Amino acid sequence: MKSLVKIMPKKGVLDPQGKAIENSLNQLGFSEIKEVTQGKIIEIEIDCDNEKDARVILENASNKLLANLVIEDYEITFPKED
Amino acid sequence: MKVSIVVFPGSNCDRDIAVSLKKFSNKDPFMVWHKETSLPDSDLIVLPGGFSYGDYLRCGSMAANSPIMKEVKKSSEKGSAILGICNGFQILTESGLLPGTLIRNQGLSFLCKNTPLKVQNNNSIFTKNYKKNDIINIPIAHNEGNYFASETVIEEIEDKNLIAFRYCDHNGDIDLKTNPNGSRNNIAGIINENGNVLGMMPHPERATDKSAGLTDGENFFTSIVESLT
Repeated sequence: MKSLVKIMPKKGVLDPQGKAIENSLNQLGFSEIKEVTQGKIIEIEIDCDNEKDARVILENASNKLLANLVIEDYEITFPKED
Repeated sequence: MKVSIVVFPGSNCDRDIAVSLKKFSNKDPFMVWHKETSLPDSDLIVLPGGFSYGDYLRCGSMAANSPIMKEVKKSSEKGSAILGICNGFQILTESGLLPGTLIRNQGLSFLCKNTPLKVQNNNSIFTKNYKKNDIINIPIAHNEGNYFASETVIEEIEDKNLIAFRYCDHNGDIDLKTNPNGSRNNIAGIINENGNVLGMMPHPERATDKSAGLTDGENFFTSIVESLT
């Protein structure tokens, strides 16, 4: 099944890339844009028939490699396939 | 002194550190490929600078899971000295051998320049030949050298005197203006509580030869050689 691991900087951790994107957008005239944070999304095809077990595997993978918990939080979702 | 230098795909300071260590110890280090599952008997293991695995995912995150790192951790537990420079420091934090992590430089630019450092802890196998508060000039070359850790961890490493080097200016002033990359408390290098693991962003191996300009890294290598021989 298809899964997404969304990894974002923790609140309070400096995100210079998000800040740079925000400044760039403001300079382009997007004055409504107030705060930009940059993270990453990792799409994973996982060989598992239920979300509960898949979540356990993906949490383990996120803790071990995908996210650095000192600076990042992650969120696992299972988008409906078309 | 027996030295092993781990070579990852993308390491690019492995030869430099080998030359520096040989210059001061008169012995050729072992070069150990990251896929090896055993290490030669070593007093010192070096994780060199570079761009292991192209800095994919996060700097040092892939290398921290290389097969050889299990052995590096075991050796560390047994008390072998472990030195991580630049990407090596990133690998040490990613593998949990040192606390915290290194994030993108505050100014978003790759920094490549000579930088004054203040020696904060000269009571280690890596720094004993410096005097406390010595100001030394050592090159930095990094994009992710901004040391970050939680307030609790920062307090702990401050209280336990685990900061080996801090960024400063030529007068030794340590503040936001003399901080090149946004590192918490101007941290440039830390040691672990046991004193056998050091990680630092600056490159002492690039400051050991007059013909290359700087020589302030010499005491770093003589400290190591004297401590481990």
